[in-house]
Amino acid sequence: MSNGPVLGSSTLRWGAWAALMFLVLPALVALPVSLTPKRFLSMPTDTLSFKHYANLLSSPEWLSSIWQSLVIAVFAATIATVFGTLCAIGLWRLSSRAAEAIRGFLLLPLIIPPIISAMAFYRAWVKLDLLDSYLGMILAHAILAAPMVLITVSAALANFDLRLEQASRNLGAPLSTTLRRVVLPSIWPGILAGGVFAFILSWDEIVVALFIAKFRIITLPRRMWDGIRENTDPTVAAAAVVLVAVTVLALALAAWNARRGKAIDT
Amino acid sequence: MTLIGNRQANVYWLLVAPLLVLVLVFYAWPVLGILWLSFTDPEPGLGNYAQLFDGGSLTRILWKTFRICLVTTVISVAIGYLIAYAMTHLGRRERSWMLALVLVSFWVSVLVRAFAWLTLLSRNGLVNGALMGAGLTDEPLALVRNELGVLIGMVHYMIPYAVLPILANMQGIDQRVVSASRGLGAGALYTFARIYLPLSLPGIFAGGLLVFIISLGFYVTPVLLGGGRVLMVAEYVSVQVLVTVQWGTASMLATMLLIGVFALMLTLSRFMRIGELFGARA
Repeated sequence: MSNGPVLGSSTLRWGAWAALMFLVLPALVALPVSLTPKRFLSMPTDTLSFKHYANLLSSPEWLSSIWQSLVIAVFAATIATVFGTLCAIGLWRLSSRAAEAIRGFLLLPLIIPPIISAMAFYRAWVKLDLLDSYLGMILAHAILAAPMVLITVSAALANFDLRLEQASRNLGAPLSTTLRRVVLPSIWPGILAGGVFAFILSWDEIVVALFIAKFRIITLPRRMWDGIRENTDPTVAAAAVVLVAVTVLALALAAWNARRGKAIDT
Repeated sequence: MTLIGNRQANVYWLLVAPLLVLVLVFYAWPVLGILWLSFTDPEPGLGNYAQLFDGGSLTRILWKTFRICLVTTVISVAIGYLIAYAMTHLGRRERSWMLALVLVSFWVSVLVRAFAWLTLLSRNGLVNGALMGAGLTDEPLALVRNELGVLIGMVHYMIPYAVLPILANMQGIDQRVVSASRGLGAGALYTFARIYLPLSLPGIFAGGLLVFIISLGFYVTPVLLGGGRVLMVAEYVSVQVLVTVQWGTASMLATMLLIGVFALMLTLSRFMRIGELFGARA
């Protein structure tokens, strides 16, 4: 704590750690609650039980929700990653005023409040008959997630030497070869990170799902929402743990990938 | 940087086109449709906007939203500042641990967090149990399904959004300025108030604006922790759309919300690049 300009450094340090504990600990409370042996939401006192997990994994409703969420997130993330990556490369290479304006425009789904996006999708999907369908959910989530990919891939491209791409093109390689052999391998970590963020965004998205999914499609967050509002069944806590566990796994994949990317660089 | 020939440039537009078309057709057009609706449903004119001035429930809801967002912003920025400040002045190892915790909470689903707070703060929840066990209160306190619950949940969600811009700003502050002030005989408190705080103001503004913007359209936390008693704009809009099917009022509120968000975003872009902001999630 050299040069700490104010306050005893220990007061400050403990204050910050206390704030961080406030940030992290409550988010973890679903874990003990999911292990309670009782039939209502409570902390386990003397014994732990996995019966709510057994309940979760034997219930056709919960299983179908987990499956639907996985399918939607995988497809939405794939579309977002492919479209977002191509677009980022195009904008990077064009680098004109028009391209920058388009980049700003394409960030809109990230900036506009989810409730407004949800209204817009709802109205449009009614007309296109996409309500309550896989295609409708995948399309909506892909659009919401694409800006994430655009950002991470653009960041990766900013560290990539433009002249390598030019050299490849000037030596006569067509664009597709240049992309496949020169550009994509160098920005791979950025693409994967974008894909992971897109997956997570879709996996735990709730606001749009509340508007455009109802009977046939009930994603995991959507079913949890109903469970939370009833607020009695600890199965919701088990579902919450599963939801977070998948997110953490995906993030770990991205982190591992980033580390490996660095190792190759040096 | 060489200029790209016209023929070559066209190829790159082809890469941009798929996403651009997707967003234009399936997103921008529907959003514009919502804005348009606010002037045409149920009848053409400014009737929906006139509701804002008749002093009815709408005015109350807008005012309540503004008030809750403001309080959330102030508290989140204060706590975020403390965390960012400690992170800037502590050793490398401790800093990266702290950053890891901030990012972890950043990524935990908003739904899971609302569930957690509901469990902790309910009448027979952990917090009330601890308070009664310690003899601080005889009856359980009403900590959730009211404005207090919404505030706790929102602050908890927004702190990371406050920390990241403030941290980015603080890391750019030259520590030698602080040393110079101390070396010239100024006290620690004086140096902080006159040197450090003013230098960190851009970070405070950026973090505050960001938190306020996200709070304005916040849906999940107010609905779940407010228990239907703390009606903010987003929840009101969803009720108008899904329950009472009043698209005119809903789209008018959406338009107002959007104008507010864009105006604040424009202000924010003077302090920081929007792209960097979300890049910080990585």
